[in-house]
Amino acid sequence: MLKILKYSFYDLMRSRWSYVYFLFYLALGFVLLFLNSDLSKAVITLMNIIIVLVPLIGTIFGVMYFYNSKEFTELLLAQPIKRSSIFMGQYLGVGFSLTLSLLLGLGIPFVIYGLFRSNAVFDFTLLLVNGAFLTMIFTALSFNIALSNENRIKGFGYAILVWLCLAVIYDGLFLMSLIVFEEYPLDTFSLIATLLNPIDLSRTLILLKLDISALLGYTGAVFKNFFGTDQGLMISLFALMLWTLLPIWRLVFKAKRKDF
Amino acid sequence: MSFSRLFFLLTSLFFINTLWATTIVVCETCEIKSIKEAISLAADFDTILIKRGTYREFNLLVNKPLTLKGEGFPTIDGEDKGEIIRVVSDNVTIDGFFIINVGTSYTSDHAAIRMVRCKNFLIQNVVLERLFFGIYIEKSSYGKIYHNKIIGDAKDEYNSGNGIQLWYSNHVEVEKNIVQGVRDGIYLEFSDNIAIKDNSSTNNLRYGLHFMFSNDDIYTNNVFQNNGAGVAVMFSKRIEMRNNTFRENWGTASYGMLLKEINDAEIVDNVFEENTIGINIEGSNRIVYRGNDFRNNGWAIKVLGACYSNTFTQNNFLYNSFDISYNSRLNDNVFDQNYWSDYTGYDLDKNGIGDVPYRPVKLFSYIVNRTPETIVLLRSLFMDIIDFSEKVSPVFTPDNLFDANPLMKRHQ
Repeated sequence: MLKILKYSFYDLMRSRWSYVYFLFYLALGFVLLFLNSDLSKAVITLMNIIIVLVPLIGTIFGVMYFYNSKEFTELLLAQPIKRSSIFMGQYLGVGFSLTLSLLLGLGIPFVIYGLFRSNAVFDFTLLLVNGAFLTMIFTALSFNIALSNENRIKGFGYAILVWLCLAVIYDGLFLMSLIVFEEYPLDTFSLIATLLNPIDLSRTLILLKLDISALLGYTGAVFKNFFGTDQGLMISLFALMLWTLLPIWRLVFKAKRKDF
Repeated sequence: MSFSRLFFLLTSLFFINTLWATTIVVCETCEIKSIKEAISLAADFDTILIKRGTYREFNLLVNKPLTLKGEGFPTIDGEDKGEIIRVVSDNVTIDGFFIINVGTSYTSDHAAIRMVRCKNFLIQNVVLERLFFGIYIEKSSYGKIYHNKIIGDAKDEYNSGNGIQLWYSNHVEVEKNIVQGVRDGIYLEFSDNIAIKDNSSTNNLRYGLHFMFSNDDIYTNNVFQNNGAGVAVMFSKRIEMRNNTFRENWGTASYGMLLKEINDAEIVDNVFEENTIGINIEGSNRIVYRGNDFRNNGWAIKVLGACYSNTFTQNNFLYNSFDISYNSRLNDNVFDQNYWSDYTGYDLDKNGIGDVPYRPVKLFSYIVNRTPETIVLLRSLFMDIIDFSEKVSPVFTPDNLFDANPLMKRHQ
């Protein structure tokens, strides 16, 4: 598995797209800090971008890579290698290279602008951890979709749909249910609804760490009591972990049974 | 300015009187060792000079026109037994004391210095610590509270007092005071024609400055920082608020300024910075908001019900999470020539005024007003999308609420 991981990883590191992705974040980081050298403000702006773009790029990149390396995968399948190793290796290769681009692309400008001397270190770390989780989650989801769909167009379509559902439609339904059931106590409901969507969960975690939490009023206080504590942080990290592990488990499970 | 002329006349009369007055010296080794004794010995318009030292006294009653002057900040320690100085005479000056340990009482509101039915008083250079109420002005007029420092250690609202309280008083100047750590920094009830200038009111439990049923007052150049709410103006008319700074009044129920049932006020050239809600407006009419800066607030202005004929001109709205929040679809207020950092329009004729009107009320802020729980979706992509569609064609937000002439550059 490690050999395949290494191979996928180096393959991707050499590919143009990783560079484009890396340079995009690098430019974004520098431009943001150039326009506004207040690190904690830049973290807020960055959060908006990360929770939308990272999942999207993870999804598209995952699907693209899977379909592109299909011939190679089939070649590997003919060799005496465990199937789980092949797919896990490829998945981790993609996931790690994307994460690395993200970490370096954003990390370098922030470090240059004096991240370690500011008090935003923790917020920024949380942001990057969330970004890394989102990358791994959405790459895993896209691998699942690509594995289940032989038709590339269909696969792409489903992948985009999944992203759209979690990034936009979920919030729409969430909002609708909050308004429809406004007569009822909704704190527990909104807590659970937030936990169930990785994008919402990352957004809430970062928002609560920033000063903005006082805006959230009573609901914010409930959220802060939950997410603000160590236990809440553990639970939310656990939820993110679960979001990563479940698609991986399904990927391995499906890959074992699939007839190529 | 008939008031100042009158004041001048009265003080000059007072000075003529003091020409014949004598000075009584109080110190630990003098013939007269207590302030109480000195007051009983003094004649009208005498000066009592109190030398450096600690005087354990309380319930001092000043019932004749006297000047109490401290030299080297003598300490008056009330030992938590009750009120410390009560003045019931006109023309009294209290200058240069360090007063500590005011007794706490829930029935008689003990104060460090209380003025009852006095005229032409002056309280200056007084430092108060460990107090219940600080300076309590009751049914008095034509006085000045100048350059005092009040440092409280209030923990809970229900068992703490106010720093400077004016009750049924008028024509009083409150200037260059520092008030911190009490319930309300400065509190006015039924007090008219009060001028509050250059004060700093910070870290108070409830309000930095609080008006109740007080009319024709003016406050300028004050700083209100990190209070429960910066300033609460309630049930008052014709208040003028200029050049004040409201900063970091941050918390789930905090405001920079709270307006409730206020009419005909002027709010000009103030700075609201990093407050959860910059100005919270309820039932306030005919108010002029001009040249204010709203920076990095959660809500710059939150309007709740029945506010008519207010005008907002030449204000700067800079990087607030929400610029304006409205809870109804009716709008009778005017927004004109403000600068909005969120404005995305253009200025083809280069006259400094945007060609496209700006709509400051976002759909999201309307939804949050209706169902507060939805705030958890703050900064979600879905919200940005519906905000954008509402901006293009308003359906839920008041359709006549817009700034037709948004400025392209910050108003200076």
